[in-house]
Amino acid sequence: MKYIDEFRDGALARKLGAHIARAADPGRRYHFMEFCGGHTHAISRYGVADLLPANVRMIHGPGCPVCVLPIGRVDQAIRLALDHGVMLCTYGDCLRVPASDGLSLLKARARGADVRMVYSSADAVALARQHPDRQVVFFAIGFETTTPPTAVAIREAAALGLGNFSVLCCHVLTPPAMTAILEAPASAGGVPLDGFVGPAHVSTIIGSAPYAFCAERYGKPVVIAGFEPLDVMQAILMLIRQTNEGRAEVENEFVRAVSHEGNRKAQALVAEVFTRRPDFEWRGLGTIPDSALSLAPAYRAFDAEARFPVAYRSVADHKACECGAILRGVKRPQECRIFGTACTPENPVGSCMVSSEGACAAHYTYGRYKDA
Amino acid sequence: MPAPKNRSSLGRALDLKQGRIDLAHGSGGRAMAQLIEELFARHLDNPFLAQGDDGAVLPGADGRLVMATDSHVISPLFFPGGDIGSLSVHGTLNDLAVMGARPLWLSAAFILEEGFPLADLARIVESMGEASRAAGVPIVTGDTKVVERGKGDGVFITTTGVGSLPPGRDVSGRHARPGDVVLISGTLGDHGMAIMAARENLGFETPIVSDSAALHGLTEALFASGARVHTLRDPTRGGLATTLNEIARQSGVGIVLDEAALPINPAVAAACEFLGLDPLYVANEGKLLAIVAADDADAALAALRAHPLGARAARIGTVQADTHRFVQMTTTLGGRRIVDWLNGDPLPRIC
Repeated sequence: MKYIDEFRDGALARKLGAHIARAADPGRRYHFMEFCGGHTHAISRYGVADLLPANVRMIHGPGCPVCVLPIGRVDQAIRLALDHGVMLCTYGDCLRVPASDGLSLLKARARGADVRMVYSSADAVALARQHPDRQVVFFAIGFETTTPPTAVAIREAAALGLGNFSVLCCHVLTPPAMTAILEAPASAGGVPLDGFVGPAHVSTIIGSAPYAFCAERYGKPVVIAGFEPLDVMQAILMLIRQTNEGRAEVENEFVRAVSHEGNRKAQALVAEVFTRRPDFEWRGLGTIPDSALSLAPAYRAFDAEARFPVAYRSVADHKACECGAILRGVKRPQECRIFGTACTPENPVGSCMVSSEGACAAHYTYGRYKDA
Repeated sequence: MPAPKNRSSLGRALDLKQGRIDLAHGSGGRAMAQLIEELFARHLDNPFLAQGDDGAVLPGADGRLVMATDSHVISPLFFPGGDIGSLSVHGTLNDLAVMGARPLWLSAAFILEEGFPLADLARIVESMGEASRAAGVPIVTGDTKVVERGKGDGVFITTTGVGSLPPGRDVSGRHARPGDVVLISGTLGDHGMAIMAARENLGFETPIVSDSAALHGLTEALFASGARVHTLRDPTRGGLATTLNEIARQSGVGIVLDEAALPINPAVAAACEFLGLDPLYVANEGKLLAIVAADDADAALAALRAHPLGARAARIGTVQADTHRFVQMTTTLGGRRIVDWLNGDPLPRIC
């Protein structure tokens, strides 16, 4: 594949690995968090960790859309489908997220719920047009990347006057989650973070400007990187250099797609259709203020939470599950008691085991030979 | 499916353009007899089927026999590179082939849904006939049932096959040994991506074509090379990754793949990239996985490449001793990772 294989080149990777090894100060350790699940996936799938020196450790962050979705939100979607008979549409990897009572959307489907996997929010609108006699709800999840398409779908539904379409909005925001991680150490025992590999696709929308607070307020460097393995390695090299030189800046490795100001048109769309929730519960990170979106008053008619009586109820995680500590970077997947025993990709207990972008699933699926 | 001899008693011919399956086509009466004669017997014609009795009387075969069965449910029924008819023939032939057997006979059982267009059924049965003739393996007996509308998905086809196992052949998932070499007969993931693209109307610019094919010619070529063949498989559902994990578990060994050596069509690679899928987990319907003794790997690879179905055959990995029975891969980047079992259905990722 032209334009992609170049970013997975083994010879270049070895050279870059040698640069990193030379740049890393053997007298210290480096702890960098890759915020995005896309980066976690790339690191695990391509074995990037094998090309890094032992004193450079990558901590897998919470940027996996399904991993941070709390049980109570999936419960809402299941109640909509099972109790209210709606046609519930959502993205593929939402289907397996474990919810209450041993259910998931996939298991609810086996019990008769009408759950449809869609490839885009536009597919959900199309289903609503095809089935005017049915209530169609789009279970909208994800970070800033997937938010603009949901905005487009809502605007289209409004323009068409589709009375049978609504959205269960669980879109979340990246910068508040980074703040929560940076604020957590004091209370949670401390994760010595030296910097972030910043989001790829999210940054194409929001730009590089919103990460300035990491550098300015917390003194942590951020290097925005693409999702290819060489992107990640280059970003790690840039982070090591900043750390060595005592700099804390927002740098952009992903210049081929990310600008300082981001995608203004998408930002305007999101600002028109959504408003910030005062607070939102994240799986693993707890309740974070101003960290998620709901529908703006002008589009309230398309809010599934307003249309159906499915109030949010918070549900505690399984007692032995360490997803919370893992999402904050406090623990590694293999340090969880139920990792690989009670909790596997076939029967995930915690959300980090659901998507291949989740820290636990990535380690189980790609990296567990290292524990053997 | 016994074909009645007296055609004149069946009245007006089937309407293969506009007609649809109704419950009478499965009731055992005249309508069923007509369906069998004008559609099944016509396209699948051979002396065994023409016996027209409840079962086929077959000549005795010497030595060991291999029997395999496979049910086929697929949506869409017609896809680039094949349809449920040809697929149902290839699927069972390949199960026999990877046992080392030479396929002799097939049976076919149809479950049809009320309302299913006769024109579609005719296309499917015609395609089965073509596939069976091309493979040189006749469909000698069969059955048809009709279920009410809403209780089936158009058509389900179960085929069963019998083959003879020549003396000296002993291939099994249990026979992979440390040091053995892993070969694949061609590109990975073509069938699964062709189906997904057709099912979801993804409309890729480069059409992806299923690799559905009968593999017994290829396996015969491999045996003829004299290579010591330890394990053969056709990596269908779950793809190459799942098949290798099954073999690793059965044989109690580890397997290490070389990512750079995996043959993948650019269009399939691009579609997988786009959907966040891994071609190692995507189904194939016309690929042979062979594990052979290291000393014979070159001869085996040459034999595969000399066959039209093996032109892009490649040496993709080695078997090693590993009590954990891990399937691992050296990545193009130079790192290493596990290639795990498929978990559930492959689902596209969000981000």
